[in-house]
Amino acid sequence: MMSSGSGISLDPWFDNYADRAAGLSASEVRALFAVASRPEVVSLAGGMPFVAALPFDKVRSSVDSVLASQGPTALQYGSGQGLPSLREKIRTIMAEEGIRAGVDDIVVTTGSQQGLDLVAKLFVNPGDAILAESPSYVGAMGVFRSYQARVEHIEMDEHGMIPAALTQRIEELRAAQVPIKFLYLIPNFQNPAGVTLSASRRVEILDIAKDNGILIVEDNPYGLLWFDSPPPQALRSVDDAGVIYLGSFSKTFAPGLRVGWVVAPHGIREKLVLASEAAILSPSSFAQMVLAEYFESHDWKGQIDTFRGVYRERRDAMSDALATYLPDIAHTNPAGGFYLWLTLPEGLDSKEMLPRAITELVAYTPGTAFFANGEGQRHLRLAFCYPEPDFITEGIRRLARVITEERELVETFGPATSEVPLAANLESPPPEVT
Amino acid sequence: MAEMPRVLILSGGISHERDISLKSGRKVADGLLSHGVSVELRDPDGSLIEYLGESSPEVIWPVLHGASGEDGALRALLEMLNIPYVGSTADASRIAWNKPVAKSLAERAGVASPPSITLSRDAFRELGAESVLETVTTSLGIPLIVKPAQGGSAQGVSWVDSSEDLRKAMVHAFTYSDIALIEKRIVGVEVCVPIIDTGDGPRAIPAVEIEPLSGHYDFEARYTAGATRFYTPPRLEQATLDSLSALALDAFTALGLRDLARVDFIVDNEGKPWFLEASTMPGLTETSSTALALDAAGYDVGGVYGALVEAALARP
Repeated sequence: MMSSGSGISLDPWFDNYADRAAGLSASEVRALFAVASRPEVVSLAGGMPFVAALPFDKVRSSVDSVLASQGPTALQYGSGQGLPSLREKIRTIMAEEGIRAGVDDIVVTTGSQQGLDLVAKLFVNPGDAILAESPSYVGAMGVFRSYQARVEHIEMDEHGMIPAALTQRIEELRAAQVPIKFLYLIPNFQNPAGVTLSASRRVEILDIAKDNGILIVEDNPYGLLWFDSPPPQALRSVDDAGVIYLGSFSKTFAPGLRVGWVVAPHGIREKLVLASEAAILSPSSFAQMVLAEYFESHDWKGQIDTFRGVYRERRDAMSDALATYLPDIAHTNPAGGFYLWLTLPEGLDSKEMLPRAITELVAYTPGTAFFANGEGQRHLRLAFCYPEPDFITEGIRRLARVITEERELVETFGPATSEVPLAANLESPPPEVT
Repeated sequence: MAEMPRVLILSGGISHERDISLKSGRKVADGLLSHGVSVELRDPDGSLIEYLGESSPEVIWPVLHGASGEDGALRALLEMLNIPYVGSTADASRIAWNKPVAKSLAERAGVASPPSITLSRDAFRELGAESVLETVTTSLGIPLIVKPAQGGSAQGVSWVDSSEDLRKAMVHAFTYSDIALIEKRIVGVEVCVPIIDTGDGPRAIPAVEIEPLSGHYDFEARYTAGATRFYTPPRLEQATLDSLSALALDAFTALGLRDLARVDFIVDNEGKPWFLEASTMPGLTETSSTALALDAAGYDVGGVYGALVEAALARP
């Protein structure tokens, strides 16, 4: 606390923050998510993987084995690029999606979120454009904002980003002499929309990027979590010179270990390692060793099959409940992953509606969280990954009641659009919200 | 010093203010611990009543903001269970929690409050929003402030500067509550006056002036450190400060409050204080004005909290 003629400020350094910290403030919307952790609330807000489906006896044996055989090394600093034995496993995992990479092509990170941060740090100057889907991952929006990027959302439909819209936006930005640093894509079971980029559009988008000299950042945490059939080939499997690939153990194993990876062309990779060392010295040796041991000794493919079954059942529960309780509401039909994107009737605002939803003991993430420009009011993201199917059904039943009430309110007063937030990621739940 | 009691702090709950309550609860716990009091923090849930039966806490401090915490419900149950607790009675809480009722009672006690109207959602549906809002703006003028009739932390509150913004403000308030208070917005200096009573009668803590940098003391201004400047004492005439203390005590008494409360005013450009609301369990977080006021007035915050606990225990 500092007292002066200008009064008492509870943060005497308030005027010293960097421009990139603008918008990092308390948020009325974010505070509401605190209620979502209560058992009475059906939270369809957070994207927490259902880690209870893991074989904990096997996880424990991997932890024990690491501590027994390599304890001092596991608790020591490690390589900035990551443990070679884990990178070997990562190579095997990526081969499942058609990606060929050498062990030295891989940089292990503290979750793929750190990979995203490092990529943005390497490439983005304030005011540079990043092209992204419309909507896009809230965590990426937060990273891009912190580097003061100008995020340009490119229209998408049920087949993913629309190539013609991409071309048009590139031309507009080029005409305005705005540097475009990369195209950020989540091609499989996209967060938040749940749609998958079609095979033909992958080819088109790769061509557009190549023709325009634009790097692609392919973020693929959900690719192995398909329900009926695998998604089309990874972009990186087609182009290893123009695509940076982000992978993660958070969805196929557990987010608590915080391990992800980046595969990048040689020149970029060298800089990524140096940037990562500057940021964190090295990723957790212990977490990497546990993962390497687990993936060496246990049936990880079988475990991913188990996850697919769990999430398929929950997706079905959500789809069925939406058909029953909200039959006239449009939504996407994800073929994998964690999320479904819902479009509200005209005039409704998902952010404005959230307090009513919390009162009715159901939580979701407002669509505004997934746009850098404050759009998305008519949309909301529903996560089906964590609650049991019966809970999901009950949650949708409650949501239907909320929407009915809100419709009546809008009929009385007309539409009310919420204000554009400075930092959209403050309108999403914190990572620990179920 | 006599042996200090064990205090059960209830914080969290399922109101919209859960997050703030959790923070307040931890700060109260810190304060009591620094005073040598043994504390336990608990989030009230379906197991609470059974737990109270088994553990028999000597005293409870319900640091709960928002519904069930401030609406008197939980306090009524504690009264039924004959468990001493810190804070106003269930009856007084129920009155203060309802802003329009609190305003009426304060006015009856001679404490002026801005002109206002309280309208339910059903009233708008029945009478038509357009004609009702036109009547309201004609009568109260612009600017206005629209609040849910119940609630705190400025959740659901809008500052209305044009009649076009009023519809949106109504929707915002009605997402938190089915009853809204539309109040004439007095332009002036925002001030809060904490009141404490540790057994020897209520006393007003010197007021704190609140100057949000954004111009509005909204959720962000309340809970972002540095987003608001506080002045102790407020930049007001001494006579106004004296009047504020007296009026805060009058409101405290008129509402039947006890132990701890925060009374909010706005002082207009002529120096006249207007009562806005009273909180029976004010925020006690790191950015809350009540804790700041106690600190600025030279109180040992932990000592005050400890005295409030002892006063609750000593109550017949």
